[in-house]
Amino acid sequence: MKRYQKVMMSLLLSTALAGCSMFGDDESTTSGINGTNDVTGGANTAGMGDGSDFVGHPLDNPSSPLATKVIYFAFDSSAIEPQYEAVLAAHGAYLASNAGVSIFVEGHADERGTREYNVALSEKRAKTVQNLLSLQGASGNQTEAVALGEEKPVALGHDETSWHLNRRVELIYPAH
Amino acid sequence: MQKIIKVGLIISALLSFSAMAEALKIEITQGVSSAQPIAVVPFSTTQVAGGLPVDIAQVVSDDLARSGRFKPLSRVDMLNKPSTAEQVNFRNWQALGQDNLVVGKVIPDVSGKLLVQFQLFDVYKGEQLTGFSIPANRSSLRGVAHRISDLIYEKLTGQKGAFSTRMAYVTSMPGLNGKPEYKIQVADADGYGAKTIVTSSEPIMSPAWSPRGDKISYVSYEGRRSSIYTQTLRTGQREKLRSFKGINGAPSWSPDGTQLALTLSKDGSADIYIYNVITRSFRRLTRSYAIDTEPDWSPDGRQIIFTSDRGGKPQIYRISVNGGQAARVTFEGSYNARASYSPDGKFITMVQRVKGQYRIATLDLKTGFTSILTNGQLDESPSYAPNGSMILYSTNDGLKSILAAVSSDGKVRQKLRLQGGEVREPAWSPFKIQ
Repeated sequence: MKRYQKVMMSLLLSTALAGCSMFGDDESTTSGINGTNDVTGGANTAGMGDGSDFVGHPLDNPSSPLATKVIYFAFDSSAIEPQYEAVLAAHGAYLASNAGVSIFVEGHADERGTREYNVALSEKRAKTVQNLLSLQGASGNQTEAVALGEEKPVALGHDETSWHLNRRVELIYPAH
Repeated sequence: MQKIIKVGLIISALLSFSAMAEALKIEITQGVSSAQPIAVVPFSTTQVAGGLPVDIAQVVSDDLARSGRFKPLSRVDMLNKPSTAEQVNFRNWQALGQDNLVVGKVIPDVSGKLLVQFQLFDVYKGEQLTGFSIPANRSSLRGVAHRISDLIYEKLTGQKGAFSTRMAYVTSMPGLNGKPEYKIQVADADGYGAKTIVTSSEPIMSPAWSPRGDKISYVSYEGRRSSIYTQTLRTGQREKLRSFKGINGAPSWSPDGTQLALTLSKDGSADIYIYNVITRSFRRLTRSYAIDTEPDWSPDGRQIIFTSDRGGKPQIYRISVNGGQAARVTFEGSYNARASYSPDGKFITMVQRVKGQYRIATLDLKTGFTSILTNGQLDESPSYAPNGSMILYSTNDGLKSILAAVSSDGKVRQKLRLQGGEVREPAWSPFKIQ
C-alpha cells in the first residue's frame, strides 16, 4: 500500500515537473541537498512558486521549506544558522499538525577530530534541531535524535567543500 | 533483555581465511641511526622434507626492524650462513659491524612435529646470550617466529617484546550493492593473518580489547541506532549490552575486566557511565551539560581520563572511578581528545590539533611536557603497544585512511598498508595470556 502511494507520488511529481528543463527528471532536487537554492529559480520558471499547482505530498513540494531536509553547520558548532530557521519552523509545524508522523533527526560531523567526540558533537546538533522542532509544537516522541558522528559522510574529499556538506543534520521521514 | 546472539555470518567469517590474501605492506618512513646492528641468519631447514611455508629468520628480522631499535643486516651482505654455534666465526660478524647474531634451524621432532632451535650471540664477546628449542608445527611457525623476536628483544633491550600480540581495526569499503561495508578485523601485530570478526552495512566503530585479550567490545549501528556489543573472539558469539536512547559509545574495559566505562546520553548530554559486567548495572560517573566521552582507565584501575568540552573546547580531564570532581589534564592546544594511558601509567597519548592539523601527541603526566609524535593532517585513534614501545594510529595517505605506527619517543614511524578500503581505529591487544 505504502509502496503504491510512493509510486503514485513520483508519477505525480514527474508530471508536475515535466516541461521544466531545469529540473529535468531528476527527482533528487525535490528532496536533495541543494533544494532551497534551485527551487526558487526553478519554481518561478515552472510557475510553481506559490505551490498551488503542486500536486503531491507537502513534504515534496519544492517551493515549501519542507522540501529542505538537510541543514548544515559551522565547524565544531551546533548553532542553527539563520537561513535554516524557516525550514525547521516548517518541519516543526508540520509535525505538530501531523501527530502520527515521527522522524529521525540524524546528526553528522566532518572527519576532523576524534570519532567518538564527533558522535557526541553530532548528537548536540541533532538535539538542537530537535529542540527547535518541539518549540513549534512537535512532541518529544515524534522525533528521535541519532548521532552518527563522522561515520557516514556524503562527500569524501578532505577539504572544506566536503567537510561543509558532512557537518549536517538530516530530517528523515521513514514512513514517507 | 540481555541476549546472546549467535550470528551465522560472523561465525562463517571467522572460519574464512580469504582475508589472509589481504596482505599488509609495511614501510618504515622514518628510521633512527642509533638502531643496533643485528644479523639474523636464515634458519637451516635442510632436515625438513619439503621445506617450510614460513621464513622464520625473515619474520624475526622484520619484527626487529619495525621496532626501530634494531637494524638487521641484509642477507646479501652475509659472508656465510651458519646455523649452529660451531659454524660461527665471530670475526666475520665483527668485521661486518654487527653487535649481535642470531642463528637457528628447524628439525623434525621424534613425534613427527617440528622443533625450532635458535641462539642469540654477542658478537664482540663471542658468547651466547640466550637460546631456545621451541616445539612447532607447520601452521604455528609464524607464531614461533614472533616468540623468538620477543625473546631476542627482551634479552637485548630489557623490555618485554610485543611481537606476539594482535591488533583490531575497522575497515570500510564499498560493498557489492554500492552500500558501504563495515568490518572489524583482527590481525597479528605485523598485519598478517587478518580475520574479519563482524561485518555490517551500517557503521561499526570503537573496538576495545578486554584485558585478557579474549573479547572485543565495539559500537554498531545495526538497525539505525547505536549499541555496544561484546564479542568473544574464539567463538564469534556476542552479547548486546542493554542500550539506551541516544549515544551508546566509546567502550573501555577496566584493567581487571569486571567493568566497562562507556558513553551514554540517555540523561541529556553525553556522559561517562560505568557498566558492571557481573551485575549488569550502570552507574553514572560524570554529570555535566557538556560533552563527556572517550573514557580510558588508568592501569591501576583507580582513575578515568576522558574528553570533555566543559571548558568550551575539547580537553582531557581525569576523575576518580568513584566520582567526585574532575581535574583538567591537558592545557596545551585548543583541541585534545581521545586520550589513553601508557601501560606504565606515566604518559597519556591523545589527538592534538596543531595549526589546524590533527596529530598524535603524548603528555608526560609528571612533568606536564607534551610531545607531538606525528606529522599527518588527520591522525587519530592512538593505541599503545602493551609494552609501551610503540603507538598504533590511523593517518591519511593520499585520500585513504591507513594504519601507521610510531615509536613512543617519536623517532621511528612506519605505514602499514592493507589492501583495499579505509582502515582505521587500530586497537593494540594486551599481552597474550600464556
